[in-house]
Parts: sequence; structure tokens; C-alpha cells
Amino acid sequence: MLEIRNLHAVVEGEELEILKGVNLSVNKGEIHAIMGPNGSGKSTLSKVVSGHPEYEVTEGTILFEGEDITDMDADERAHLGLFLAFQYPVEVPGITNKTLLREAYNTIARANEREELDPLEFEDYLVSKLEIIEMKDEFLNRSINTGFSGGEKKKNEIFQMAVLNPRLSFLDETDSGLDIDALKVVSDGVNKIASPENAIVMITHYQRLLNYIKPDFVHVMMNGKIVKSGDISLAEELEANGYDQMQKELA
Amino acid sequence: MSEETKALESMIGEEYKYGFTTDVEYEDFPKGISEDIIRELSSRKEEPEWMLEFRLKSYRAWLEMEEPEWFNATYTKPDFENLLYYSAPKKRPSLDSLDDVDPNIRETYEKLGIPLEEQKMLAGVAVDAVFDSVSVFTSFKEKLAEAGVIFCSISEAIKEHPDLVKKYMGSVIPARDNFYAALNSAVFSDGSFCYIPKNTACPMELSTYFRINNMESGQFERTLIIAEEGASVSYLEGCTAPMYDENQLHAAVVELIALDHADIKYSTIQNWYSGDENGKGGIYNFVTKRGICKGNHSKISWTQLETGSAVTLKYPSVILQGDHSIGEFYSVAVTTKKQQADTGTKMIHLGKNTRSTIISKGISAGESNNSYRGEVKIGKKATGSKNYSVCDSMLIGQSCGAHTFPYISSENASSSVEHEATTSRVGEEQIFYLMQRGISEQDAISMIINGFVKDVLKELPLEFAVEANKLLDIKLEGSVG
Repeated sequence: MLEIRNLHAVVEGEELEILKGVNLSVNKGEIHAIMGPNGSGKSTLSKVVSGHPEYEVTEGTILFEGEDITDMDADERAHLGLFLAFQYPVEVPGITNKTLLREAYNTIARANEREELDPLEFEDYLVSKLEIIEMKDEFLNRSINTGFSGGEKKKNEIFQMAVLNPRLSFLDETDSGLDIDALKVVSDGVNKIASPENAIVMITHYQRLLNYIKPDFVHVMMNGKIVKSGDISLAEELEANGYDQMQKELA
Repeated sequence: MSEETKALESMIGEEYKYGFTTDVEYEDFPKGISEDIIRELSSRKEEPEWMLEFRLKSYRAWLEMEEPEWFNATYTKPDFENLLYYSAPKKRPSLDSLDDVDPNIRETYEKLGIPLEEQKMLAGVAVDAVFDSVSVFTSFKEKLAEAGVIFCSISEAIKEHPDLVKKYMGSVIPARDNFYAALNSAVFSDGSFCYIPKNTACPMELSTYFRINNMESGQFERTLIIAEEGASVSYLEGCTAPMYDENQLHAAVVELIALDHADIKYSTIQNWYSGDENGKGGIYNFVTKRGICKGNHSKISWTQLETGSAVTLKYPSVILQGDHSIGEFYSVAVTTKKQQADTGTKMIHLGKNTRSTIISKGISAGESNNSYRGEVKIGKKATGSKNYSVCDSMLIGQSCGAHTFPYISSENASSSVEHEATTSRVGEEQIFYLMQRGISEQDAISMIINGFVKDVLKELPLEFAVEANKLLDIKLEGSVG
């Protein structure tokens, strides 16, 4: 589904490389976790894959379902079924969650020549997805992330993921800033969305999240590269010994 | 600066490609201003002696006044000796069909959803027999007359309803109020007069009528609206359709009077030519607008969407004289390119338990400058009064400016004043967030802007709120990427 080959990227207009040759392959039905210390480039990877204009790819390619998306605009990538749950969801005052999601859903439907939903149908569809994150209807009529608590913002990301039903989702530090109850709700939501037809890449600093969402593969990212891949035992090893230890071993 | 920001800036700086000119046949009237010119103007308009006196007194006051310079804008001052203070009523339509109209203009009309026949009137196309404008006006007029509402040009009112005009004209904005009000009082061309009798709700929004009827407002427009006890009216001036005017200076005066329990809602959409990339050739919009809540429990509400003009100086205000009266000001001011706007309001609380609300949203892009200037004054006797103000500014790009100048004073301890102000930038993060959800860049920007101004646009009459949203989109639309 996703094939990242030798990906190098810089902040646009700057020299310093943040990604220094990332290789990653994700198939449908899989859940991956990318772990790494602060500044290792893992959040950058999710932004580059989803087309953030702040970054420039200097080398390598990103293939999605066989198509080269390296130079595509962010909205076109979203149309193909790529989703990013933001580490810091952005506030957009005056536009409700519902308006955003209807616009987004129908735009993606149009791009894929699927039928759009009229406002009434869409309302029903939305309400049916609310239970995934245990939120009430009023959630739909609030302005996007405006005045939301940290936990609500993260839940909103997972709710949007449920509504837009992407093929591949990057979850960027979705666990950060969540208390244990919210973490359970969010993880349950992700587990409900996960299916043999889609794939999920979690980016996280801590092993804690992996107790709730079980990954098939764990990758360790350091200094702009994936330095080690394995199964869940790799995360356990990290939890026990820390990133420093691993860095030393690799060196 | 990133590509994104550049795209944003170029998009919001879209050329004003919808302006249009018609050849104007001036009647033979001398340029410049003097007592003789005012006498000539008044006599051509066949005005009574008292009106001429009003004009001459105003002119003499104007001569003693200094042109103001205290606002946050710079421009070349108008040459008052080189202006034409009288122009003949509008000439005949000059085009035969809509096919002759600039396709850009037609596109704008269509985007705005303006009905075909109205399009023709706006573009100066001869109207065919199917749509007889005269009969439409007549039916409006009949409906209003049945309710006892007087709605006519100010020139007509001076002749037909002299007592009302004498009593109220200049009562809210005296000629000496300021330089441009004095000039307007001396040479006003025409404008509207509206009188709603006691306990009458005006049977229609005066907007539709106004849009068709007000194509020849002239540069010194004068408007007077009086709502008697228990009367109510909603009035809309201007329209979303772009307007070109060969007069550079516009100095209008609008006075509103609300008696006991009366309610006046006055909405403005202003989209005049704002000049070229260098700010050259745009309109100067120096308007004095003020209403008085004369009666107890009366209410005056100003809503404005200001997108045009090179320079705008405008402070629609309310004097809250009656006890329990309410004043409101809702404003969206958009400046792009080199536009300059210094706009806001004054809420002067004199009566007890009076309330005022100010919601101002400024959007600046390009190299423009957008200032909010507002005064809230609560007098000694205005006990138990409240004001709530919000002034939000949004910046697009790196070269524009937004400023807030609030002046607040309260002379009694039982009143409260609350002021909030924020400044934000349309961020790349916001745009990326929406694009990541599948929304195009252009739609993302439009969503962000529309969300920002929503609290104000919902105060516009419904049909115009829809048009206003489209107007903002058109203003922002353009070369994406």
C-alpha cells in the first residue's frame, strides 16, 4: 500500500536534512508503530508523507497504491485515502466540525466518483460514527477544535478518521497529552476502525500506547532514518533499556 | 516567504476586474464651490428657501473648518475647487443587451446570484418589456404607502414633507459636526428619506427596493430615517455587485432617529473601486453615520461589510439617549493591495440601563492597512449600562497591518465595559489541516475567512448574507498555487 524509498527531506529553503534516507513499506491490514527520541524525524515523516508544504523532498520517492505521490498536493493525497491525525490539531473558529466533515467527505467522494451524501444522509452517517469515540451530538456543532480540551482535540482526530474512512492513517503522537481514560477511548476507537482493508502507522514516543493498540511491526527511528525494525518485542526492549542504550548498540 | 504565502497574497490581491465605466454626459455646470454655486445647485433642484439657508450656513461653517488628519491613513487630499457639485439625473441606458456587457461583470453577477433583470439595471442595459422597472417600483411604493411608510428621495421629501425634514435633518449630525459632514450639508446631491409611522413594522426589507433604486446616489449622499414610537425597519444600502464611480470622493451623511420602542436596522455592503496595485484611482469613502436612540427601549443596529474603496474613514455610531436603549455595531472590513481603512464606531451612553455591543472583524492582506477605532463612553447618568466589545483582526501575508484604537470611559460605578481584542494570521497550519482532510487550498482559505466573519454576517438580512459570503470568496479567489 505504502512504499517509501530512500526519502530525504529538508525544511523548504533550508539545507539541514531532517529525513536522511527513510525506507518503509506498509501493506493493507497492518498496524505499524514508529518510535524514536525527540528530534528523530518521526513527526516530520508523517508530515512529508501527507504533503505538508513546509517540507521539500530532496531525494527518494513515496508510492501509494503504486502511484508516485511525492509531489502531490496534500488534498490530492487525502483524496487517495491518506489521513493524518495531527499531534497538535488546528483550531478553525466559526466553522463547525460537521461543516468541515461534510465538505471533506463529499470532496473525497467526488474525487473518487462516488456518490455524495446530502445533508440529512450525512447527519445520520455522522451520528453513527460518534459512538466510536463516545462523544455526544453537540460535538458536531462546535467550531473545529476551538476551545476543545487536549483530550477532545485528539478524540476529534480519531472521529474524523472514522468518518473519512481512509486507507492509510498516520497517527502522530495521538497518545500525547491524554489521561488514561481518554487514552482508552481513543485506542478503542482506533481498534474499531482498523480492518483488513486499511492500514495504520502510529508515531509515538512511549510504549504505553502499544499496550492498547497492538502493532504488527515496530520501527525505531533515529537521526532521520529507520534504524531498526521488528515486532512488539522491540518496543519492550526500548521500554526496558531506553533509546540511548539502543543508539550505543547500533554504533 | 513560502509558496503558500505567496499564493495567498496573490490571490487576495486579485485585480478589481469587474469595474466598468459609462460615458457620462455632464450637464453644463461650473466646477468648484462657492455661495453662488450652492445657490445655483439649490435652484436647479427647485428647493425651498429654508433648504438653501441650511446649505449656506453649512458652507460657511465648512469654510472655517480644517480638513482632519488624525486617522491612520495617508492620501492626497481632494481638490475641492476642482470637483463638480451637481450632476444631472442619470442618462439613458447605453447598452442594448446583456451580451454587450463585459463577460467578467456578468460572471460576477452570476456568482452573486443576482436575478437577470436586476443584472440589466446594474449594468445599464435597456430593460425589456417583460420586466417593467417602473411597475415594480410602483408596486413597492403601493405596498409601503398602504402601511403609511414614506420612502422617497430626500429631494422629494424636502418638497413633500418639509416639516419632517426640517425637524430632523441635522438633528443627529449637525453641519458643524465635522469637515466632511459640513461639506455634505452644503452640497448634498440626493439620497433617501424614510419615515415609519407609529406602531408600524415596515412591511418589507427596504433592501431589494434599494438595490434597484439607488444606482445614482452621487457623491454627497444624504439619508434620513425616522422610526416613530413602536416602529421598526430594516434597511440595506449598497450592494455586493461591484460599483465603479467616476467621483473619487464620497462624503455621505446618514442620520437615524429611533423614538420609544422603535427599532432600526441599517446594513451596508460597500464594494467600490479600490484603486490599482498602487492604490491609484480608488474611491475615498468619508462617511458620517450616526443614529440616536431618542426614545426609551429603542434600538439601533449597524451592520457593515466594507470591502471596497481606496481609503475608508467611517464610524457608524449610536447615541443611547433613551433609558434601556440598545446600540449595536457589527462590522467586517476587508483591505487588500494598498487599501486603507480606519473604521469603527462610537457608543455614547446617556440613558439609564443602556446596552451596546460592538463586534468588529478586520481582514488585512497585501500591503493594506486596517484600523479599528472605537469609542465607548458611559455618562454619569447612564447608570446600570453595559458595553461589550470584540475586535478581531486577521492578517494574510507579511506586508499588511492591523491596528486597534479603543477609547473607553465610564463615569459611573454601576456600569461595565468589556473589551476583547485578538490578532491572528491565516496560518499555513490551518490551510494544511483542511487540505489534509481533502479540501482544496482555495476552499480552505474561504472556509477560514468565512468562519472568522460569521458572527457579523449572520446579522445581515438573509439574502444578503449569502451574497456577502460569495463576495468574500470572489475577493479572495484567484491564482491558486
